[in-house]
Amino acid sequence: MSSSGGQAASKPRTLLDKIWDSHLVLPEAEGVPSTLYVDLHLVHEVTSPQAFAELDERGLGVRRPDQTLATMDHSTPTEPGLNLVSLGKKDPQAARQLEHLEGNCQRHGIPLFGLDSSKRGIVHVIGPELGVTQPGTTIVCGDSHTSTHGAFGALAFGIGTSEVAHVLATQCLLRSRPKSFEIRVEGRLPKSVTAKDLVLAVIAKIGVDGGTGHVLEYSGSAIRSLSMEERMTVCNMSIEAGARAGLIAPDETTYEYLRGRPYAPRGEDWDRAVEAWRRLPSDPGASFDRQVVLDASTLEPMITYGTHPGMAIPIRSAIPTPEGLEPRQRSSLDKAMAYMELEPGRPLLGQAIDVVFLGSCTNSRLSDLSAAASLLKGRRVAPGVQMLVVPGSQQVKQQAEAEGLDEVFRSAGAQWRESGCSMCLAMNGDRVAPGHYSVSTSNRNFEGRQGPGARTFLASPLTAAASAVAGRVADPRELGHLDPGLGTSTGASTSDRAVQAGKEVV
Amino acid sequence: MKAPDASASRQALFARPFESTVVPLLRDDVDTDQIIPARYLKGTERTGLGEGLFAGWRYLSEGQKDPEFELHQPHFQGGQILLGGDNFGCGSSREHAVWALMEQGFRVVLAPRFADIFRTNALGNGLLVIDLSAESHQELSRRALAEAPFSCRVDLSNQELQWAEGGRFSFQIDPFARGCLLRGEDRLGYLLAQASAIDAFEVNHPFRPRTLLKIADSGDGDSGSSARSES
Repeated sequence: MSSSGGQAASKPRTLLDKIWDSHLVLPEAEGVPSTLYVDLHLVHEVTSPQAFAELDERGLGVRRPDQTLATMDHSTPTEPGLNLVSLGKKDPQAARQLEHLEGNCQRHGIPLFGLDSSKRGIVHVIGPELGVTQPGTTIVCGDSHTSTHGAFGALAFGIGTSEVAHVLATQCLLRSRPKSFEIRVEGRLPKSVTAKDLVLAVIAKIGVDGGTGHVLEYSGSAIRSLSMEERMTVCNMSIEAGARAGLIAPDETTYEYLRGRPYAPRGEDWDRAVEAWRRLPSDPGASFDRQVVLDASTLEPMITYGTHPGMAIPIRSAIPTPEGLEPRQRSSLDKAMAYMELEPGRPLLGQAIDVVFLGSCTNSRLSDLSAAASLLKGRRVAPGVQMLVVPGSQQVKQQAEAEGLDEVFRSAGAQWRESGCSMCLAMNGDRVAPGHYSVSTSNRNFEGRQGPGARTFLASPLTAAASAVAGRVADPRELGHLDPGLGTSTGASTSDRAVQAGKEVV
Repeated sequence: MKAPDASASRQALFARPFESTVVPLLRDDVDTDQIIPARYLKGTERTGLGEGLFAGWRYLSEGQKDPEFELHQPHFQGGQILLGGDNFGCGSSREHAVWALMEQGFRVVLAPRFADIFRTNALGNGLLVIDLSAESHQELSRRALAEAPFSCRVDLSNQELQWAEGGRFSFQIDPFARGCLLRGEDRLGYLLAQASAIDAFEVNHPFRPRTLLKIADSGDGDSGSSARSES
């Protein structure tokens, strides 16, 4: 950031420091947090109505509608052909919430990608896809998975509805500087071990509250070799380790992804932007409050067995036994085993399942769908298993259809839907039945998250697809060859290129 | 029981100490999906959420309350202080979790540690969250169960929890949050007062995303009817 260039000779700074310093309207003072400027505010239907109502009560307007972008994803139906009128009959409350957002956006001049927009999608999928998400910026949304956008080297975090009102009215938030936590991952991910497995391993290592009070910065050769879509999967789940935000320094992969996207800078603006972005990475010698190092080459496909995302194991391992666990872990394990109706000490592999969900802001991008399709091509979803495929955005859906992925899923017996959050949080009617087991590519295995009484195993798209075919929790490394025409498990740079078709031609 | 509204944060809710029964919910990692499941988030108001509070835990079947669940036990009725486990409020950013707790009548949550977003949401609404040391948490947990209904006095001004027989713990809290709760100052009002500083900042801010409205004006925006605010 040019405003901070003059300090280059002083103390080495982290990426977090650089973004933080360049967004301070007022610095932190004795007993008062700093005022932090927000570049981009993303809005959706569930966490915004009460914020707009607060503006109305106080007679306030939206300060920067030109830095605000709204979409519909959480309550949004995924059945093909539904519109607001038919939704009104099926789920009047959801329809009312969507109408509310439409009305609020219209009154305040906020751009909205509504139900029938071809640019609609999960808020954390469309930001990057449209090129709105850019390095060095601050991004907030009333949604904890806003951490996703950190993959671009943006400081992006979830806020509650009161703060949604703060940003609407002032474009600022009151914040104290978080601590920094470097997660360095070196080495190369083995075949069929994905970004999802990597981040599940990170959470299992540092714990569901290991990142509380911190911003995670992922670094190291394993992170550098990830595609943008894979980086988004990693940053997305930072909040599952308790960290509001995750960061990955921008590099050529980032610029290549962004170049030419509709909302990215163009021409001379682009050159200037890239020049500024190149100064963002943490300086050599910059210090972090905490650090851990992982070796990617030792990782395996991961799966969760319990009721929070930190309860994850390599897919061939056994569920831990209470012996040797600290009291806190032991009581969590007991509670989880009772809810999941599983036995400690037993492997999950081979556990019968009822549902497979491929979707969510964690794993619903084109590379995720391609990876799953590569295993499903020419195969069938096991009898008795329901598989739901929900693309992250309408653009991802169109692109997948152009590549014939929808046919692969349909032929395999899976359902192909419109975009949305869907079965990740089960508020739009897509849900897992009580007592049923689901292998899900989403981000949370909390009790009842996928529906009352639902039991969730979090895993990668490859593991989800392999499990769908087997009808049981399965190891994707055992399911024969991958179809070379449909991308590969870790070949995400191919997938990034595939998404380019969704880009604007400049 | 007072339903929360947007102005709750503008009242001096903790200007005077108050005393109430401590309700123990001694589970770790209570996530906001447990506090209020997503299916209760379809409204557009801050109210009407009490019914969904801990819905996955407090009902045996549709509408039938589990008498064993902590909140339903007779000696915890009316308690305004919730004693939670470690990492309370993890997961989703839904502020509905705070509104639901307040609608149920809770004014304070005590726990060894809170998740970041929940903490901000709670303090911003006037739900006081207090971090307890491991020892304090242990002692209060023991008393809340063994001496139920165990009553505690919350004195924010002196940053103390007090109970009969002269028992007391002092606690730490972010000074800004403390000031807001004691004086009824509100954060949005505080930010609005900085308008000129924000104006000045925007003039010199080196870089921000290509403006969205300009894009919409130039015809790059979507033409869908539900996106009519773009045209």
